[in-house]
Amino acid sequence: MASPRMIGGIVAIAVIAGAIAAAAIVWRPAIAAIEPPAPQSFDSALVKRGRDLADIGNCNDCHTVRGAKDFAGGLAVPTPFGIIYSSNITPDPETGIGRWSEAAFRRAMQSGVDRDGRHLYPTFPYDHFTHVSDEDDRALYAYLMTRRPVHAPARDNQLSFPFNQRLVVAGWKLLFLRPGSYQPDLTKSTEWNRGAYLVEGLAHCGACHTPRNALGAERTRAAFAGGDVDDWHAFAINSQSPAPVPWDADALFMYLRQGWHPDHGVARGPMAQVVRNLSDVPESDVRAIATYIADMFGAPAPDRKRRGDDLLARAASRPAQPPSGGSGNAGGEALYAAACASCHGGERAPPYGGIDLALSSAISGPDARNAANTVLMGIRPREGERGPIMPGFADSMTDQQIAALLTYLRASFSHQPPWTDTAEIVRNARDTPADASKRDRP
Amino acid sequence: MMKLNVNGSDRQVDADPDTPLLYVLRDDLQLNAAKFGCGLGQCGSCTVIVDGKAVLSCVTPVVLLEGRKVTTLEGLGTIEAPAPIQRAFIEEQAAQCGYCIAGMMMRAQALLQRNSKPTEAEIRAELGLHLCRCGTHMRILRAMHRAAKLMQTADASPTQRRTP
Amino acid sequence: MSTVVLNRRSVLAGSGALIVSFSLRNAIAQDQGAPAATPPPPPPGSLKGAPYLDSWIRIDADGAVTVFTGKAEIGQGFRTACQQIAAEELDVPFASLKLVTADTARTANEGYTSGSNSMKDSGTAVQHAAAQVRTLLIAEAARRLELPAESLNTGNGAVMAPDGRRLDYGELVAGEMLHVQAQAKSALKDPAAYRVMGQSVPRVDIPAKVTGGAAYVQDMRLPGMLHARVVRPPGYGAELTACDTSAVEKMPGVVKIVRDGNFLAVVAAKEFQAVKAMQVLASAAKWKETAKLPKQDNLPEMLTSLPSRDEIIFQQSNPSAAAARTIEATYTRPYQAHGSIGPSCAVAQLAGDTMTVWSHTQGVYPDRQGIAEMLRVPPARVRVIHVEGSGCYGHNGADDAAADAALIARALPGVPVRVQWTREQEHAWEPFGPAMVTRMKASLDGNGAIVDWSFDVWSNTHSTRPGGAGSMLAAQHMEQPFALPAPRPIPQPEGGGDRNAIPIYKFPNAKVVHHFIPAMPLRVSAMRGLGAYHNVFSMESFMDELAVLAGADPVEFRLRHLDDKRGRDAIEKAAREFGWLNGQKAPPDRGYGFAFARYKNLAAYCAIASEVEVNRQTGRPRLVRAVAAVDSGQVVNPDGLINQIEGAILQSMSWTLYESVGFDDKRITSIDWQTYPILRFDAVPERVDVHVINRPGQPFLGSGETGQGPAAASIANAIADATGKRLRDLPLTRKRIKDAIDA
Repeated sequence: MASPRMIGGIVAIAVIAGAIAAAAIVWRPAIAAIEPPAPQSFDSALVKRGRDLADIGNCNDCHTVRGAKDFAGGLAVPTPFGIIYSSNITPDPETGIGRWSEAAFRRAMQSGVDRDGRHLYPTFPYDHFTHVSDEDDRALYAYLMTRRPVHAPARDNQLSFPFNQRLVVAGWKLLFLRPGSYQPDLTKSTEWNRGAYLVEGLAHCGACHTPRNALGAERTRAAFAGGDVDDWHAFAINSQSPAPVPWDADALFMYLRQGWHPDHGVARGPMAQVVRNLSDVPESDVRAIATYIADMFGAPAPDRKRRGDDLLARAASRPAQPPSGGSGNAGGEALYAAACASCHGGERAPPYGGIDLALSSAISGPDARNAANTVLMGIRPREGERGPIMPGFADSMTDQQIAALLTYLRASFSHQPPWTDTAEIVRNARDTPADASKRDRP
Repeated sequence: MMKLNVNGSDRQVDADPDTPLLYVLRDDLQLNAAKFGCGLGQCGSCTVIVDGKAVLSCVTPVVLLEGRKVTTLEGLGTIEAPAPIQRAFIEEQAAQCGYCIAGMMMRAQALLQRNSKPTEAEIRAELGLHLCRCGTHMRILRAMHRAAKLMQTADASPTQRRTP
Repeated sequence: MSTVVLNRRSVLAGSGALIVSFSLRNAIAQDQGAPAATPPPPPPGSLKGAPYLDSWIRIDADGAVTVFTGKAEIGQGFRTACQQIAAEELDVPFASLKLVTADTARTANEGYTSGSNSMKDSGTAVQHAAAQVRTLLIAEAARRLELPAESLNTGNGAVMAPDGRRLDYGELVAGEMLHVQAQAKSALKDPAAYRVMGQSVPRVDIPAKVTGGAAYVQDMRLPGMLHARVVRPPGYGAELTACDTSAVEKMPGVVKIVRDGNFLAVVAAKEFQAVKAMQVLASAAKWKETAKLPKQDNLPEMLTSLPSRDEIIFQQSNPSAAAARTIEATYTRPYQAHGSIGPSCAVAQLAGDTMTVWSHTQGVYPDRQGIAEMLRVPPARVRVIHVEGSGCYGHNGADDAAADAALIARALPGVPVRVQWTREQEHAWEPFGPAMVTRMKASLDGNGAIVDWSFDVWSNTHSTRPGGAGSMLAAQHMEQPFALPAPRPIPQPEGGGDRNAIPIYKFPNAKVVHHFIPAMPLRVSAMRGLGAYHNVFSMESFMDELAVLAGADPVEFRLRHLDDKRGRDAIEKAAREFGWLNGQKAPPDRGYGFAFARYKNLAAYCAIASEVEVNRQTGRPRLVRAVAAVDSGQVVNPDGLINQIEGAILQSMSWTLYESVGFDDKRITSIDWQTYPILRFDAVPERVDVHVINRPGQPFLGSGETGQGPAAASIANAIADATGKRLRDLPLTRKRIKDAIDA
């Protein structure tokens, strides 16, 4: 029979053990600072490989404020828990990672711990980067350490208690971080595995395209079922895809490579920078990503495929006559006919004109956000690059007009049930904070 | 028939609701400043102001404009009594062929009405949609800065012509 | 020794007098046993072709002065400059002068407003004509006042005597007083006394343009005018196989559908009605496409494999020069588009038996000839009047739009018809600046000086301008079509594809070969600078390659090979103003570049130094600043000149960094600003400084095209300096720079 003292002793041991364990989880040692390595000490082929990997990882998107110096950080990333500011990953010795050894860099990528031993917020998606191989981490390190050092001190995160305690992150990791490198699936092709390695790792597609739980972690059982970034919806890229025309690997490759596809639409919002980066990396890597994601989409059910083929056939026989009457939305119909049809319904197929809206994921998606954003902001030209330009209607249309238009588009160009909250979504989209809208201007 | 308020006057216009404002301005109302450059919303030559905001009149059908105030370059000033933006462009000689200029000026006017002290970066960002093929960009930027100054000084007295 | 131009026109215009006096003089001289007298030298500039003073200047009884020029204002400021010249030499107030520009019914035939020749040809003519008119007025005043001419002065449109008497020009002019021929040389004003010339007089056309005045052909509104839109074929040579027009005929406002072979157009009462009708008509039209365009990705190989007429246009030989090191390089340029901001437009009206066409063509007389031929009427029954359009930068769609309008107006006698091209039509159908290839090989001697130089250039013609009806699309597409005249090279010293192919530098051995390619897979013609843009780009880039090989500073290297004093001055000025230092090193990721050329080796000199920043991650080039020096001879309007050079730098920057026409095997695919991106404000440099070297009293040197070639090379040289990589294929895109950095 246990005496109170014994029980007390066991509890004490348990608590101490728990505390030690907790401390062991929370506490990470600092890794010694090093002299900033000379850029010439890195092999140029390695640096180039690192650059391609950094493009796949979209590092410059989060770690650069638009119009400011590359990789100097400072971008505000809104999360449900507050605002996190991206860090300076230039090799600046004082404010960047100039004094980080390769081991420190690798630890950050694999376990989300900085050189000083502090836990990093999973806004930096190390739950994905943990899959990156040591070899690729070495290349990334070489690339980053040969960038121009920029003196830019970190901005303080705006998080409320308890989220501003790094201890909380330790708990989060315990629950959600599965560290370890990518394990190939030997039943699949080399290209598929390469794609899986990139997608699950560096490209961290799920960070946007997978829904998250209340603690902000990806719901792994709903992989690629869709997510939210800033004020955009990142569509489901699995079998729940709302795309009217089912995606295949070729279409994905074209879309990821050049930023648009005539049967699907244009990459806008946060995706615009992703495809811009992917236009510069080796083609085989983009093909691999496309192959893997195509497998995530899966082969479409026969009737879905048939519907998609029908839509394509109808789009090909332009000029399409917009479905008229019967929508009970004469205002929206008139707006479409007056403001949109000349590009979206006429003879001008993408890239010259707008996509046939019956093919657009935005119109068939779960809510009106993406469509509202696009109608308001349009699509801006990119310096020196061939690409779609669409006027924005924020200053010529009122909220009511846009809501009526979107309601009409949903009814006429998709088979999905009507959107709810369209008016509120339009209002919010118009009031989108400047930073998020800057994302659409790479 | 529909009613449009243009440069402070109500005008009756016989145009289908899907007619882009550009054609109504030029064809129905005989106003010259807004220009046809592309009709696709890609070049900015057609820019006018609607309720204080710059819009591309070639992609703005008149059905959107019931009850709204349209301002064109003609509504800002005349040769005899030019508005600050017009004075600035004349003083900087900010034109070569001049075809793109009216659109630029309306964009500038809309910007200066809401931001009287724009930075160089803000001006450049604002003009991102506007094309100039002759290469008059430097003068256009200078003219916008000059217009900002002219709009700030209450008594804009005639300034010396800049000599190179 | 110059010869009198004997053509039917000049004989009819009265140079018969000259001929008579020539042969009389000869006869008299021979009688006296003296050798035959030389013919009198012709008057300067365009007076050669239109020697009567009243072809250029008219003074009314009320003193109003009108000046006539056969050149046109195309946005380059010519109207103002010409008015300055006339006001100066005539001594009338600038603002009182009226200037009439190119009009086949009213002005001399000065050919095209092109080649940067307006000041040299028309400015000179106006200058001398005005000066001579002034002397005539003084002579008449002297006669009436019975005073010696030398004692009289002019000012403010009047002749003044020392005793205070004055006679206004209006009072002095009588009858056919100005119907005299221009003399070979007139007493011009002393530049030191200039009051209007040499001043930055504000452009007379800008106030209307910034206040919504009617300034362009696009702004014309004639009573009863109808709006037309052309439905162009999908590609070159396409044939209209079927077109059911019944739906279009019923559309609101549609007045007529014009179909003539493959030419298809619709006319409506209101402009937007015409736009909508055009769209429906375009869907109703069925075409058989016949074009077989070459592959875009091996354009240079394709070009150099086409049959060519090869001509050595320059050769110099000095066998004693010893070559130590030799390099060679090939430079390429794709097809590039004029890309006028305002798509082409024209208005035409057939009134009685006269077809009047208002057009922004660069050549009203050649256009008249072409349109008359197309309509199968004598040229006298066609009148072409120049009205400004947006900048054309050479032969764009203006002439075609004029022909379109004439053809449609013929079907609606009495009705003014306005044709407006769409953006897509302008991009797809304009004649492009030709794709070009240059191949250079040069050697340095032991001292690092160039001892031999070989330059080969492959190019199509750079002019398919009217003249002939077959130059215009409407005439090519008609049922009874006209064929495009066989292309011919423009001879040196002007040149077409070989413009500026002959180096201005002095090399002991040099050989320049022009490979003229007659076959034109894409429609091509003159684009600002013609061959000079690419030839100067290649030559000045290659000079830098040689300078690197010689271990020499690029500026010093050029001066070493140049003895043209004014060229040296321009180079030194640009370098000095830039802060160019021998052996300088640009900050990290930046580079400095220098280039120089004299346009056509005849016209204005331009040297440009630039600073470019290259983002090593993305390859994106950014022009940070450019400094230019320009020598145009006697400067008429300094600010106008600066405006042109600033414009040249930015326009060339756009061509050089972004532009290439896209096409697949059937059609042009770059048909709007999405698919043919050009410079936008996000890439505009921080500073552009232009320094003018004025040469008082020197002949005017054309300056509208002098900056583009040096700007391109200067930027390319700066990119090479920043990255250590030499790019030779235009355009120097971000992607190409990035790939070069990676390689």
